Amino acid sequence: MSVLVFIDQSEGHVKKASLEALTYGAKIAGMVGWTAEGIVLGSVGEDLAALGKYGVKKIHHVDNEVLNHFDAQVYTNVIGQVAETTGAKVIVFSNNLDGKAIAPRLSVRLKAGLVSGAVALPEINNGFVVKKNVFSGKAFANVSVNTDVKIISLNPNSYKTEAGDGTAEVVSSNATVPSSKVKVTAINKVSGEVPLTEAEIVVSAGRGLKGPENWGIVEELAHSLHAALACSRPVADAHWRPHNEHVGQTGIAIAPNLYIAIGISGAIQHLAGVNRSKVIVVINKDPEAPFFKAADYGIVGDAFDVVPKFTDAVKKLKGT
Amino acid sequence: MKILVCISKTPDTTAKIAFTDNNTKFDTNGVQWIINPYDEWYSLVRAIELKEADASTVIHLITVGSTDVEPIIRKALALGGDEAIRVNADSHDSFYIASQIAGVAKQNNYDLIFTGKETIDYNGSSIGGMVAELVDVPFISLATKFDVSGNKATVTREIEGGEEVCEVELPLVVSCAKGVAEQRIPNMRGIMAARSKPLKVVEPVPADPLTGVQSFGLPPAKAGVKLVAPDNVEELVRLLREEAKAI
Repeated sequence: MSVLVFIDQSEGHVKKASLEALTYGAKIAGMVGWTAEGIVLGSVGEDLAALGKYGVKKIHHVDNEVLNHFDAQVYTNVIGQVAETTGAKVIVFSNNLDGKAIAPRLSVRLKAGLVSGAVALPEINNGFVVKKNVFSGKAFANVSVNTDVKIISLNPNSYKTEAGDGTAEVVSSNATVPSSKVKVTAINKVSGEVPLTEAEIVVSAGRGLKGPENWGIVEELAHSLHAALACSRPVADAHWRPHNEHVGQTGIAIAPNLYIAIGISGAIQHLAGVNRSKVIVVINKDPEAPFFKAADYGIVGDAFDVVPKFTDAVKKLKGT
Repeated sequence: MKILVCISKTPDTTAKIAFTDNNTKFDTNGVQWIINPYDEWYSLVRAIELKEADASTVIHLITVGSTDVEPIIRKALALGGDEAIRVNADSHDSFYIASQIAGVAKQNNYDLIFTGKETIDYNGSSIGGMVAELVDVPFISLATKFDVSGNKATVTREIEGGEEVCEVELPLVVSCAKGVAEQRIPNMRGIMAARSKPLKVVEPVPADPLTGVQSFGLPPAKAGVKLVAPDNVEELVRLLREEAKAI
């Protein structure tokens, strides 16, 4: 019996969220005394055997051209075949964009109970219970899985990657790959930036910046921290910043280690998208801004004065 | 074209989150209920826009719940849609709910099934994918743009750090995120019309829940904000490094 971890890749690169899923899956395998295995679909330019350092012993690789484009229906079919032939009893996904598309389908295909958005290791002493976020991060639920095969999709940034020694045996899988009904016609990526959902640190700004021409100081701070950029809804709606930077209930929900909010008042809809961040810093000139109530650290001050000083202090600390 | 729009009832975004019965039930005391925002703003409105562009389009709304969801489904009908179906069952298990939606979908041969990207209460983002697998059609998740021409849909979906555009033939299940449509406010004519639109009640198909909520809990309260003077930003950086270990 095994724990099977889906290793998500994009253009041949394994995503960071999948390294967390591998670590998490290997931990579960250790708890129950099974082996941890991984599955990769499509062509990969990285050394898959090296992923063994996260605790997986074997990696099933299905290298077929059809799999170089994402199609949840095809991916589910192939992962389902491998899960059945290897006798996987727990299947782990990252609850990222691809995981959200595949895990529910696989749940139906294998009649396996799914816990999506898990934030901790399962409790296995009395059944199989997994803690997940509910109510947009305002609460959690302990969900029991009643089926023989179980699927967990792990929230990104909620389980820390651990690397040791070890190499995985990479085996080429002979799973049948069905044809895809989805034709991908374009992929538009903002290159050279840290993807928002994978970023450890996020620097975010709101209407307090007064206009898109003032984003230079925010970008410099983000650059000094190697952070991703984000913004509040009014900023995206006014087209000061692109929509893919909008975090909050209607935009993207994130859970970085550090979230720095500049000139954002902290409406409940914004908090719903960022309240799972481990540390929150708020910079706002209004001491009554509701965001201060959700913050760990705060500065009541003018962003145009504080942010450049912040950047300088970070650079000084890092010696750059 | 026949479209099925999945509608869920959720607590208002600003509702106080608390639990009763030894932390096993959500405390509904004083809670305002709304249509799940992603179902309302994105999938329902986009379906209405498609009908406005092609009057032959038929829109059905579906919800799974007891009689107390009826005000919510009437509110959705006030925005648009031809008729509503309520599956008379109450469950929090995604597989059970998806099985009910798929049961209705299999009888009606929809070209398109829309869901919101997730509900704001259970945050499962599972129903769309499960329904797609149950009716065996493609699923595009987290669409930010949706167009259809004849039998072919063109969908833009979010990917890490960007977007992907794809073409896929109907029938299809799509979960809708921001960008697909803009929120609308129901007008008086819509509210009056909704009263006479058919709301069918059907009994559930057999399905076994695969999961169950054992208990709920609230995250530990924040210790309170530590304020640093604006002329002492170096102290903030020191705290972030030494105390929070965040940089």
